[in-house]
Amino acid sequence: MSSFQAYFPPPPEEIRGGAAQPLLIVQNLKKYFPVRGGILNRVTAEVKAVDDVSFEVRKGEVLGIVGESGCGKSTTARLVMQLIAPDEGTLVYDGDPVGHLRGISVAALRKQVQMVFQESFASLNPRLTVGDSISYAPRMHGLPRAEADARTQRLLREVGLNPTQYMRRYPHELSGGQRQRVNIARALALQPKLLILDESVSALDKSIEAQVLNLLVELKQKFDLTYMFISHDLNVVEFISDHVMVMYLGKVVETGPVEEIYRNARHPYTRALLKSKPSFDPAKRTREMPLTGDPPSPLNPPSGCRFRTRCNFAQEVCAAVEPPLLATPDSPARYQVACHMFNPGSGHTQAISGASHVAG
Amino acid sequence: MKEVNVTDVPALQSAAEAAVAASEPIGSDAGYWRNVWSRLKRDKVTMTVTAILFMIVMIAIFAPWVTFHDPYAGSVLRRLKPVGTPNHWLGTDETGRDLWSRIAHGGRLSLLSGVLPVGIALMIGGLLGVIAGYAGGRINTMIMRTMDVFYAFPSILLAIAICGMLGSGFTNAILALSIVFIPPLVRISESVTAQVRSLDFVDAAKASGTTTAQIIRHHILANVLGTILVYATSLISVSIVLSAGLSFLGLGAKPPQAEWGLMLNALRQAIYVQPLVAAIPGVMIFITSMCFNLMSDGFRSAMDIRLEQ
Repeated sequence: MSSFQAYFPPPPEEIRGGAAQPLLIVQNLKKYFPVRGGILNRVTAEVKAVDDVSFEVRKGEVLGIVGESGCGKSTTARLVMQLIAPDEGTLVYDGDPVGHLRGISVAALRKQVQMVFQESFASLNPRLTVGDSISYAPRMHGLPRAEADARTQRLLREVGLNPTQYMRRYPHELSGGQRQRVNIARALALQPKLLILDESVSALDKSIEAQVLNLLVELKQKFDLTYMFISHDLNVVEFISDHVMVMYLGKVVETGPVEEIYRNARHPYTRALLKSKPSFDPAKRTREMPLTGDPPSPLNPPSGCRFRTRCNFAQEVCAAVEPPLLATPDSPARYQVACHMFNPGSGHTQAISGASHVAG
Repeated sequence: MKEVNVTDVPALQSAAEAAVAASEPIGSDAGYWRNVWSRLKRDKVTMTVTAILFMIVMIAIFAPWVTFHDPYAGSVLRRLKPVGTPNHWLGTDETGRDLWSRIAHGGRLSLLSGVLPVGIALMIGGLLGVIAGYAGGRINTMIMRTMDVFYAFPSILLAIAICGMLGSGFTNAILALSIVFIPPLVRISESVTAQVRSLDFVDAAKASGTTTAQIIRHHILANVLGTILVYATSLISVSIVLSAGLSFLGLGAKPPQAEWGLMLNALRQAIYVQPLVAAIPGVMIFITSMCFNLMSDGFRSAMDIRLEQ
């Protein structure tokens, strides 16, 4: 250790960035996938998978990301994980810009952020035993075998699997729920701070899903984790999240605290989504389809507001101007919506009046 | 660390999992290869065929000890004796050399010409294929399109062309065959690698900071090697037949070397005199290549514990 570091030691890991510093800040993240075609293999079109997405994840919080399939939820996760390189945008992890000279390297980020995938089977190497799969990453990072094994056993016990029984099993010998527990243990093996759960419980049976969800809640408290929870299942997101972000065709349409989104949604898309949510109360049966048709192709998204083709309130202004993500006068903190109806003076005839905006 | 004994298993698990645990042996250590072996053992055809191959290989290796005549010493008096002649139980060839002795010694070259080209092609083709499959994009296009050029020629024609270019001889025949087998091996390894590479566990490894070399070594190779090896085994039989063909045409081994293809060519003229004797080298080629084929088939089904359940 150089004398410089002795005099100016880096801040301890626990207080790095401080408690108020969001664990992850994502700004203007963009990813366009080129579509090639023709004889010369030129780029003929672009799929705007993630288009100018910004959000932050606070420490100890669960950020739920919801949306229909193809809205860019998983791409966002892979971009944060740096599994695909973003075209544009910055990532700030705990105050350190990712990949920046004075920030945190991608390799260092990957020790802090881990991911659990949807497919429990495909995300485990079929040739490695459960124990080897979990201890693989720590050992690649130089942890001695004995220590890695001890950590693996501890983790297996944490996720509710008996290590003596499961350490030497192969993935195909386990059930889906057990495999997803192993995947969670594997993700925790590097002792990350942020766990990205990409549809991690979606493929499980309802009863198993509930068990795994409870396990996730438990682990979050025990290891002081922060989650990014991606799902298309609104009930699950409501259960686990503190903060929710609704995505549509690569854009954030509404974001806010979970109660606000679920009790007082403003964006027509969110409202339609919530109406389509199956209820356990037969009296509240969904009788008509709140949302019909497929989302338009991200190859050629509609001009202005991307939701306007399926929106009941669409007007000319919606086709002409893209609605910005704004707070409304009566909304709580950290709430934003991208809809002309909630932007006074946007030109939408049903827009809220500017007066209340001033008052708010 | 406290040792977990079997009695506290139920406490650790939900009822559903305890039920699963009860029906399975605790800590089942049925490794993948042990699993494959137990499947193989039940497959009688594969076991028989493997035993026959083992015998042929042993005879070829220990040829001087299992034969009693010099494979090169002919005798004008003992030409083209039939099968079952005392002292020459497989008869003699057109120059009076003991056929059993020549078959046993010839097995060395013939087996070598089956295994060696495939081995060489496996190294080069497998490497290129894994690189192409893992890298994708431009590198993939470059490697695969180059291979397509080789694919345009029928394999025997390509081998003859290369052999003709390099000149005849056993070494050149092996080289020519190696080049012939590279494209199919590249294609197979490219496709399985691309398939495995797209699975989430590769992404998971990447996400935990594993280097590309480590990913290829531990995650890709472990999952593709079986498929590639099985395919390579099936090529051995093709290689034996092709090299026999090359020697038959006078492009491979040279007389008086003992090699099955060459022997078949030399005995061709005696087919009306001693049809049985003339057929023996051909029968050996047939049996050996058949055995390799059946063996690789058996291995494939035994190793077919699929990636997707």
